[in-house]
Amino acid sequence: MEPFPASQMIVGAIFLICVGTAVLGALIAALTARIIRSVCGLAICCIGLAGLYYFLNSPFLALMEILIYIGAVCVTIVFAVMLAEPDEPVRDENFGSTLVWGGLAVLVSAAIFWGLWRLGAHQDWTAPATRVTDGSVKAIGYSLLTTYSMAFELISLALLVAIVGALAIARTGRTK
Amino acid sequence: MMNPVPLNDRPEIYFTIAALLLAIGIFGLLRRRTLIGMLISGELIFSAASLNLMTFNRFKAPDPTVGQIFVLFIMGLAAAEIAIALSIIIAVYRNYRSVKTRELSELNG
Repeated sequence: MEPFPASQMIVGAIFLICVGTAVLGALIAALTARIIRSVCGLAICCIGLAGLYYFLNSPFLALMEILIYIGAVCVTIVFAVMLAEPDEPVRDENFGSTLVWGGLAVLVSAAIFWGLWRLGAHQDWTAPATRVTDGSVKAIGYSLLTTYSMAFELISLALLVAIVGALAIARTGRTK
Repeated sequence: MMNPVPLNDRPEIYFTIAALLLAIGIFGLLRRRTLIGMLISGELIFSAASLNLMTFNRFKAPDPTVGQIFVLFIMGLAAAEIAIALSIIIAVYRNYRSVKTRELSELNG
């Protein structure tokens, strides 16, 4: 049955690499002081997420993740970093309040993680009995042009409005 | 491997990663002092939501195209949101010469 005895372990190792990349990139994105490193962390996290999407039977979304998030979002943020100087300011208040507020932030995020993890890990996730489609790119294309055509058109309209609005907002104050 | 179900076929692993990404994003959102840093943390939260939806799509949904299309729309909206937010940040920087959230404490109609 197995074409190669260690293939299961290789797949598991690649999966663990994807998980580690996603989590490590997210930690870099949230914790570093320099914003440019934070953007790089976001890009690393998106590479790991693309691998996870591949493991979730969706190579289409894996490619889209790299194309949109790394190719568009991260590059746009890098442009904004070049135009503004957004490095984290040196911590000027006293050490005690930094510690208190940092501890509070850790507490809030740890509580959210613990609650969601309990909710997700202690359920019985049974698979559905039948699948209507196979989830391939062809099926996605059919769905986009039939069931979700209205939402598809609306999202193109939203993108158009966003681009025009971004141009209009960024233009004000330029002539002064 | 000890477990008969391989690691990449277990939904709780994906749920745990999504919860971790959400927690890291919220932590960054609370701790960052500049607008662009908060925006990056917001993107992490978007990614957590997408991963969660894709996990449900893979393990629970009878029609596996629904989650993929939903996540595609989330990516499109995230791109639109980034464009708007960055243009606002640039406009703010032109007015205040700063994007630190502590210094942006004035409203002007």
